[in-house]
Amino acid sequence: MPFKKRPDGRSFEELRKVEAKVGVIKNAKGSAWFKIGDTEAYAAVYGPRNLFPKFMQNPKKGILRAHYNMLPFSGSGDRIRPGGNRRAKEISFVTQKALEPVLDLTKFPNAVVDVFIELPQTDAGSRCAGITAAAMALADAGIVMKDLISSVAVGRVEDKVLADLCYDEEAYEDGPVADIPLAMLPSTEEITLLQMDGEIDKDMLLKSLEVGKKAMHEIHKVQVQALKEKFGVGKNE
Amino acid sequence: MSELKIKNKDVVVPGEILATGMEFLPSYGTYREGDKIQANRLGLVQLEGKVLKIIPLSGTYIPKRGDTVIAQVEEILMSGWRADLNCAYSAVLGLKDATSEFIQKGADLTHYFQIGDYIVTKIVNVTTQNLIDISMKGPGLKRIRGGRIIKVDPYKVPRIIGKQGSMVSMIKTSTDCRVMVGQNGVAWIQGEPKSEIIAEEAIRKIESESHIAGLTDRMKKYLEDKTGKKIEDREPRSDTNAV
Repeated sequence: MPFKKRPDGRSFEELRKVEAKVGVIKNAKGSAWFKIGDTEAYAAVYGPRNLFPKFMQNPKKGILRAHYNMLPFSGSGDRIRPGGNRRAKEISFVTQKALEPVLDLTKFPNAVVDVFIELPQTDAGSRCAGITAAAMALADAGIVMKDLISSVAVGRVEDKVLADLCYDEEAYEDGPVADIPLAMLPSTEEITLLQMDGEIDKDMLLKSLEVGKKAMHEIHKVQVQALKEKFGVGKNE
Repeated sequence: MSELKIKNKDVVVPGEILATGMEFLPSYGTYREGDKIQANRLGLVQLEGKVLKIIPLSGTYIPKRGDTVIAQVEEILMSGWRADLNCAYSAVLGLKDATSEFIQKGADLTHYFQIGDYIVTKIVNVTTQNLIDISMKGPGLKRIRGGRIIKVDPYKVPRIIGKQGSMVSMIKTSTDCRVMVGQNGVAWIQGEPKSEIIAEEAIRKIESESHIAGLTDRMKKYLEDKTGKKIEDREPRSDTNAV
């Protein structure tokens, strides 16, 4: 059966419902919550603070440490083994690399900024939700950064290019699928994360990048609004 | 053609375009990218003539020479103490700067400051690698005894203190507490247990509402309601705006 319609009835380039809130974790310097469809991420930022072990310190500038974690009950029913694994380690690493280009930590040599990303519920696109939440949390923590980072997954199922794939689309079995997580700086459209799982040809890849950019600008609007809402902007006007 | 994209005192987020064209000048918290001026941190925009700058709303304390801070002793060294300043770097208090007394060679340093003690101290030097020297020599610099310590956002400290200390003295007189706020966002309150709580709540209220205009009047009413005491007006003030 050819892929004509998305399982949740969205149009091909439509995002799932996006919600965000800033300042959800009191103890953290900055924090944010981001929800896209059934994928939900919390991010908390601590620091800049003293970094140990000492060999990790960089005397020229502070470092960023991201920590991605899916909670045991966050999947579709099977318990996820808690703690780190190879997948989480890789995603922590790409998250760090996606966020680093906008941060300016030169004022904090030898220090570290820790970002903890926890996912209570996932339905594909969790690294993108994590990066989006982390960018808001970093801004909330008052860290000097030249832009926010917005992130979304795009991809293809058979001959259709889709934005923001859900798990059923990612796991589609009757034809070729590609899943491409993206992250970018909204003001310059520079890309800081580009991965792919699956198969795709050049034309479709270029088209999905265009679709992704449009989707990320939409996510950026939600991020900006959430950050401003924390300070009562847009509420009493 | 230069054009301003925001209003004075708007909340802006990193990457937001504040102005286009070469007529405006970027200052603290902003940068120029091509012919645009963009924000590089979360805060309130301030437009002073043609200069755009950002007043941060949150962040970690950055140690500065001359700041009076409240620190906690965390370690005893060979010839001094190491203190935590509620920031990314710790500070060293040398023997010479610790007291006016003569300290004998090999003396027990815990006699002067014990691990865990809070001290009101002054930053005398900060190097490029953020090695910090502090001193206890100066008026009002001493070890803290009793009371309670609370942590606030370092960028809210100027609002908690107010113009010429107006806000903090309002809290002091209405609650009958001793209050001291370090530039590093550590505050000390001492008084009757009940009034300590009122003073702490008042500080928390300032912290969460500092960016909304009319803070002084609101705080005055809040403290009057809580303590049941009337606060006499100081000389009439026109500037009750944020920051």
